Amino acid sequence: MDYFLELFFGGLTRGSIYALIALGYTMVYGIVQLINFAHGEIYMIGAFTALIVASVLTFYGVNTVAILILASIVAVIYSSAYGFTVEKIAYKPLRNAPRLSPLISAIGMSIFLQNYVLLAQTSDFLPFPRLIPQFHFMEPVSHIFSSAELVIVVTTMVAMVLLTLFIKFTNLGKAMRATAQDKTMALLIGIDVDRVISATFIIGSSLAALGGVLIASHIGQINFYIGFIAGIKAFTAAVLGGIGSIPGAVLGALILGWTESFATGYVSSDYEDVFAFALLVLILIFRPAGLLGKAETKKV
Amino acid sequence: MNEIIKSLKVAVWFMFLTFPIMVIKVNTVYHIIEWRWMNMAMIGIGTFLISLLWRYLLERKDKKKPSDGVTLSARAQAYVQSRPLVKKGLGLAVLAALTVIPSFADAYQVNILTVALMYVVLGLGLNIVVGLAGLLDLGYVAFYAVGAYTYALLNHSFGLSFWIVLPLGGFFACIFGILLGFPVLRLRGDYLAIVTLGFGEIIRLVLENWSEFSHGPSGIAGIDRPNFFGLDLTLNQMNGAIYYMMIAFTIVTIFFVARLQNSRIGRAWLALREDDIACQAMGVGRTRTKLMAFALGATWAGLMGVVFAAKTSFINPASFTFLESAIILSIVVLGGMGSIPGVILGALIMILLPEYMRAFSQYRMLIFGGAMVVMMVFRPQGLVSNFRRKYSFHGMDERLGG
Amino acid sequence: MENVIQVNGLTMDFGGLRAVDSVDLYVKDKEIVALIGPNGAGKTTFFNCITGIYTPTKGDILVRSTKSQPVRINGFKPNRVTERGLARTFQNIRLFQNMTVLENAMIGKHCRLNAKILGALFRDKKTKAEELKAAQECWEILKKMGLENQCDELACNLPYGDQRKLEIARALATEPRLLLLDEPAAGMNPHETEELTHLIRKIRDEENIAILLIEHDMKLVMNLSERIYVMDHGQKIADGTPMDIRNNPEVIKAYLGEEIDA
Repeated sequence: MDYFLELFFGGLTRGSIYALIALGYTMVYGIVQLINFAHGEIYMIGAFTALIVASVLTFYGVNTVAILILASIVAVIYSSAYGFTVEKIAYKPLRNAPRLSPLISAIGMSIFLQNYVLLAQTSDFLPFPRLIPQFHFMEPVSHIFSSAELVIVVTTMVAMVLLTLFIKFTNLGKAMRATAQDKTMALLIGIDVDRVISATFIIGSSLAALGGVLIASHIGQINFYIGFIAGIKAFTAAVLGGIGSIPGAVLGALILGWTESFATGYVSSDYEDVFAFALLVLILIFRPAGLLGKAETKKV
Repeated sequence: MNEIIKSLKVAVWFMFLTFPIMVIKVNTVYHIIEWRWMNMAMIGIGTFLISLLWRYLLERKDKKKPSDGVTLSARAQAYVQSRPLVKKGLGLAVLAALTVIPSFADAYQVNILTVALMYVVLGLGLNIVVGLAGLLDLGYVAFYAVGAYTYALLNHSFGLSFWIVLPLGGFFACIFGILLGFPVLRLRGDYLAIVTLGFGEIIRLVLENWSEFSHGPSGIAGIDRPNFFGLDLTLNQMNGAIYYMMIAFTIVTIFFVARLQNSRIGRAWLALREDDIACQAMGVGRTRTKLMAFALGATWAGLMGVVFAAKTSFINPASFTFLESAIILSIVVLGGMGSIPGVILGALIMILLPEYMRAFSQYRMLIFGGAMVVMMVFRPQGLVSNFRRKYSFHGMDERLGG
Repeated sequence: MENVIQVNGLTMDFGGLRAVDSVDLYVKDKEIVALIGPNGAGKTTFFNCITGIYTPTKGDILVRSTKSQPVRINGFKPNRVTERGLARTFQNIRLFQNMTVLENAMIGKHCRLNAKILGALFRDKKTKAEELKAAQECWEILKKMGLENQCDELACNLPYGDQRKLEIARALATEPRLLLLDEPAAGMNPHETEELTHLIRKIRDEENIAILLIEHDMKLVMNLSERIYVMDHGQKIADGTPMDIRNNPEVIKAYLGEEIDA
């Protein structure tokens, strides 16, 4: 039973991280119908920025909690800046191009950013400082649930609630929903669609950066390639839930997190990534609209 | 002036953007921080210039209508296309040059050229799928792996020779293509791209982890090289022989792809790429036609996989990563989707340039990635755009007469 | 005379919305029939059901090709429907923009040709002859439509009116028994519409093809069609000769605000 619970909370933690990244995919897809292939790289850049900031601050002897907060803030700012810039360079000029063009551009951007970090930093794994404070739970609990996991799950939940409130109640949030429904109509009623798209990229990137910082300090090491795998897994989560749907992304992420956790725990840890990819292939074949998504009717 | 101010702003923005990653380098083991301010200056100047160029190009692109774009390259192309003799002459000249190269170049050069030719063939194979049929396949390398492992395993376990396994490798890859293609080809373009990516990764991960079958990450060594008419060749001679084999392979591939392109099926692929609903409504079976493109592309990758295994005599899963798919894809995208000379040019640029410009070789992937973005933004048709064929038939005279 | 198509009680639901509600319709050999109705009446959805783009919720679509028993084509894929002798054009032009005019027409021929991959690779005599014949037949169709001089032009470079004509030419290349035209005159000026009227009549007279068309241009409809079906809110509200329709109070009610000027 303990083992089961351990896996359960492990899966919940994984799922939370996937959810933070998946939201970026799903929001961008909802608004511009583009698989933002470079989104995983934004997450990786968030983690790298946090690592750099944390190292510099450690060098000057700042205390751990302050480092965690400062590093997260800087990472969020930088990732959003990258997300914003990537959209302006690689996607905005292609808004009316055939559907595959922005996707190819996105793949190019992803390769570019990976190699940019590889060349400017290193190809090795870098140890990431454990920034999340360690404290001990009471005896039966501490086996199955660590403080880092708690922090990750709670942070994710808070971020989700804030995001939901933002989209429901602010003007920008309403403009986003309008743009997702019908871009031309949104334009006609005076919504600045370019601004909405930029905002979407910024929000998605911030969440990814948050995910990057949390997972890096939980796992304890990063390299330039972490964005690729994480990106595909988060994308899987988004598709599983129904791409374009925000609760769907969270649901999909949790299901994926648990699937991976239990499959590696009970079946085999060799094939950890295969489970995610197989899940992705299977969903797309059997239920491309996802769990909470609506099937598209083709217009002729 | 206005443009210069805007570009200055862009430069400042990028200096800010690249600050932590370009300027600071931390060594977390020794706790040393290195500040590289030179990089910041370089980024500033570099992005300023690029931004000016970018703006200029964007403006020019917006001004130009798609129809009146008679550029120099288009004119040159039209010239070559309209004169079959010139076209044949050019082809023969290139062929002659390729044939004589081994007589004065060293083994290293010949090897690079062989690799380049392999990428030409792979690019042409993927071109059937991406360029002609418009199906974005991000897991192309999976079929390459199927071919390579088919030869490696059959050779390792049963001692089967290259020439027997060559068709088998193509056949197995084709079967894999059909098995994967059948369920996924009805998906929309971008979903298809992701499924193929997932499939490619699954194949690689299985090869890495299923050690009893594939010998795991350490791979398979000592694969027999091809046997040429029972001759006993030295390693150098062997490389030369493989080089000539690749030339033959390339010619056959060009020939086949050109014929496919101008056939009933090739037309259907193009139409499917343009508008699949209209295409189906005009009586073209969608799944069948897509499947054909997918399976043919896979077959070519499988054949090349066998050649690859035979050439290197050692394979492991690390040769079949997503990066490899991305390189082949960028060959097709850069050269020009659907254009045979384009893909050849693309492969030569992508493979030879980094080899001969050693200083740049570490920036290879950075430049590939950047080039894919720039290409999509400014010249989505690629370096050499696809040229439509003109038909001749009875009634021609009447047509020319007015 | 035989019916080329017989539709009984065709119904199409999208979720809770009934877009087409048990519509009956038939078209006889060599007949020109119009399907009219206000915007959103379900005409295009009806077309999409017949041509296999949607699978209808209920009802029968029976098609009689050259001989023998009629075949029920519900749920057939669009390409199978086309093979059975139904061909269509699209309301919002859907040509293959980056292919030449002739190639566009040759796609229409696709389902009447047999060349397989091996034929394409080795280009044997049979394949060559087949291609040549197809190109020639397509060229003749284009000539009939007055497009023969633009054969090697890319479709996207054609003027609007010619693009509409090319859509019809492409549909004709599939060798249909029934041609379905979805607003063929949309966006054309009166002169072009006039020309199109003659063209459609010519196709019927010379090719032995029945025509079912959706159109808003009442002059064209009244001039051309032998019978008219009127749809509103997914239902058939009237059918009959142009004369009957013009005087039908139900039709006038449905069109209130949208004048019938014939």
